[in-house]
This record gives sequence, C-alpha cells and structure tokens, in this order.
Amino acid sequence: MKFQNLMASTGEWLRGEGPHHQVVVSSRVRLARNLRNRAFPGWAKKAERTMILELIKPRVEELPEMQEPFSELLQDLSALEKQVLVERHLISREHAAKSVGSAIIMNRKQTLSVMVNEEDHLRMQSIRSGLQLRQAFKLVDKVDSALEGKLDFAYDAKLGYLTACPTNVGTGMRASAMLHLPGLVLSELINQVIQAVNKIGLAVRGLYGEGTEAMGNLFQISNQTTLGEKEDEIISRLNKVIETIIEKEQDARQVLIQKKPNTLWDQIGRAYGLLTYAHAMTSKEALNLLSVVKLGIDLGAFPEDKRLAIDQLFIETQPAHLQKSTQQKLNAEERDHFRAQIIRERLKSFPKPDISKVAREPEPTGNSEPEKNE
Amino acid sequence: MLCDVCKCNDAAVFLTQIVDGKMQKVNLCEGCSKEKGVQDPTGFALADLLLGIGAAEEIEKGGSSTRCPVCGFTQADFKKTGRLGCSSCYVAFAEGLNSLLKAMHKGTAHVGKLPTRAQKTLALSDRMKTLTENLRKAVQEENYERSNSWRVN
Repeated sequence: MKFQNLMASTGEWLRGEGPHHQVVVSSRVRLARNLRNRAFPGWAKKAERTMILELIKPRVEELPEMQEPFSELLQDLSALEKQVLVERHLISREHAAKSVGSAIIMNRKQTLSVMVNEEDHLRMQSIRSGLQLRQAFKLVDKVDSALEGKLDFAYDAKLGYLTACPTNVGTGMRASAMLHLPGLVLSELINQVIQAVNKIGLAVRGLYGEGTEAMGNLFQISNQTTLGEKEDEIISRLNKVIETIIEKEQDARQVLIQKKPNTLWDQIGRAYGLLTYAHAMTSKEALNLLSVVKLGIDLGAFPEDKRLAIDQLFIETQPAHLQKSTQQKLNAEERDHFRAQIIRERLKSFPKPDISKVAREPEPTGNSEPEKNE
Repeated sequence: MLCDVCKCNDAAVFLTQIVDGKMQKVNLCEGCSKEKGVQDPTGFALADLLLGIGAAEEIEKGGSSTRCPVCGFTQADFKKTGRLGCSSCYVAFAEGLNSLLKAMHKGTAHVGKLPTRAQKTLALSDRMKTLTENLRKAVQEENYERSNSWRVN
C-alpha cells in the first residue's frame, strides 16, 4: 500500500463507531518485545540494527493480519509523512525521529501497526474506536503469539518480557484510551479526576502522550505499571476506571445543561461562529472549538449525521495533514489561513445549533454503579 | 531546540554535567524542569528524570563499573540514559535493578503471558520438581523399591 492510499482512507478507529464513542474516542494496546541477547535499538550499532530489522520485518509482513500492508523503512519516509503517521497515532513521536534501521508495518485498516526498532526491537500496537481495550488486546496478543514461534523473544521466568526501559518489563503492555472530556473541563472538575486517577497508579496524558498538552479536551489514560499484574487484570482495572470517568463526564454534562445552560450554549454558539466564519486558526484553537461542537452533537444541538465531518476535521486540521493535503510546505501563518478555509468549506452545510433539541435527563445522582461490561 | 523529555516545547533549561570525564547535556522546557524538580543541577542524572528521582542512586548500588558481558553496557550508561543495553543487562545489573523495579511496579515477578517456549520449560521444571519431591518422600519413608524406580541411572 502506498502512502497516498493511506492518506485517502481514514482508519477504522477514526470513524467513531465503537462502544461509548461519545466519550471514548479510541482504545489502544501495545506490546513491547525484544530479541534475546541482541543490543536494544538505542544501544545497537547501525549494522546490528539493520540486521535485526532484516530479521523481523519479513516475519511481520507474512502475518495473515498484514495482507497488502503499508510497510516502509523510516529513512524512505519524509519528515512530513512521518508526522502524518504521528498525528494518526500510528507511530510514536520517538519512532518518527528514527531513520536507518527502523521500519513501520501496518495493515490496510490501520488497526494494527508494528514499529521495528523504536525503543524496543518490536512495538506492536492495535487501535480501535470507542472503548474496546479487550478487542485491541486480543488482536495484538494473537500477533505476538504468531511471531514468538518465528523469533526468539527475550523472556525471563521471573521478570517476564525484557524491555529496554525497566518501566515496561513484565507484560511489556501499555493499554490506553483517548477520552473526550469537555463536560469535566467546562465544569472545572478535570483536575480532581486526573489527581484521583494518578493516585491509583494510572497515567493521564495529553493528546500525543507523555509530556504533551491536553488540547481539544482530549486526555489519554493508561496503565503505568507492567510487572506483577496479568494483562487481563490491567485491562479490567483500566476499564473500570474509564467507565467511572464516562459516568462522571455524563453527569457533568447534565449538570451544565441544568445549572449553567447559558454558559454552555454560549460556548457552543461561539465555537460554531468561529469555525464557520474565521479566516485564521491555529491547530490548538481548532481542536478546542471542534471539541465544543462535538459536545454539541453529543447533546443533540447538532444533527448526529454531522459527527463524521467533525471527527475527521480533528485529524485533518493537524499541521502535517494540512500540509500533506496541499502538497506544499506552508509557514505557520499560511497554515492557519488554510486550516480556517478547510473548516469553513466543510461546515458550509452545517446547520446552526438548535438547543431546543437537547436531551435533558433527570437530575444526575452522581453515585450510580459503573457498567460491568465494555 | 526541543525539550528532551516532552520533545514538544522549546527547551529553556540547559544542563551540562561531566560524568566520568564525559560531557552529558540535557535540555528541558520550563514545565518539565519544574515537574522533575530540576532546580539544582548538581548530582543530576537522566535516569532520575526517566525512572523517577532516586533511581540513579539505586543504580549506583551495583557499582558503576559493572559491565554487561553480552553487550558491553555499563551501569554508568544506564544511569545516564535510563535505558538498558540488551536483555542480558537484566542479569548483569540485577542487584541495582531489583529495588528499582520494586519501587516502580505492582510486584517484582511477572504473572502475565508465557511464551509457548517458556511454557514447555516451565512444564519440564514442574515435572522435575514433582519427581524430586516424590523421590525425597520415598527415601524418607524408606520405600527404596519406589525410590529406585525414580532414580536416574
């Protein structure tokens, strides 16, 4: 598969059809694996890295899950193309900085991506829309089991899978969900939630992982520990916490509707106004405004069939996607102008917010039980 | 120049340290430098930054001259980068790593997925354990007829 084809089709997870999709944008599970007694990518010399790559890449390409894959060496991708993959969460920012001796292989549906020689020899990731951590794990676990028959993975009876960084040793698994929490942000409850989640040993991060800012009211929540707990237990723990957060977010939205309706309609109206009429917009502003319109769709102020257009704009207004689609390098000012233009065009037939259609629920109690299943 | 930790914001705090005669540079943005509590650059190690404050000290316990026999990585390299050289480093630096892992994770032993290869080894070692135990019991009960049947000739 060519890069152009990849650009043209959005991944399955971007279509936002998964369970709890109003709050959970996507679920991701990645496994880190290494070859026994081979220097980890950060320590291996170029020749050894290349040798390891040549050993792993064909094994991954021949997997039944990888029919007609997108498979590229990192040195063959331009900086812009790498950035597009980062914006789609198909490779990490660390991997985008790699060149000779590293590769990316992913399936056509963009639900499975394998990074070769990132921080570890293998980083296998499955990404799904909505809350589907268990399904994401199932796929990546299957791929791992298929590969372990062909490659000698570094595994220790006591420490489990051995990784370059001791923070990943054991299961080598990082499960994470991207949550859209405008209700908790608008009602200024988000910091409480983040602190509570941190206390129970889970990490909360911004849009692009470690150290990144939370833009567009998007937050990533993931497990921090990988040793001493089964994969299944880690996922259960995460699911439980995420379900509680979903509940808190829904409660916060209802409280806003009932107690601060003017603030809420003002935010939605302003977001709509700016997105449909502005002529310059930074990616941060666009994300924040799109987030409010997405909230408007969730609440019923905009028709449901407009959801896909907004979800796509979340990705397509990102700097690299924007430049890739114009086929030319733009400076920041030109980008902001072009971004506003794209948004205006896409929202041409977007109806005005209609608050009479907002679904009002009875006063939330705030202490209902979290759901048991995904 | 971008921050070495978040790789997102511009670096505002530039640290340079000489460790074992080698220069080590770290660039941090304002947020990360505050978050990591890096106001006093003396005795600063990247391992602290990546693995948590106090990690470098734990690593030191194993002696910074210890070298991995497989890949040549040293404790000092680990302290500097917060990453290991190869899978054998876990054996070479086990001493310093143990307390580090204890502080970092929920437990000190893996309880998750077993690769098929390891399952076979585990099954063999379990069988070995059962047989040894049976042999010991039989000898204890002076049931030599049975114990002889388990003895490896």
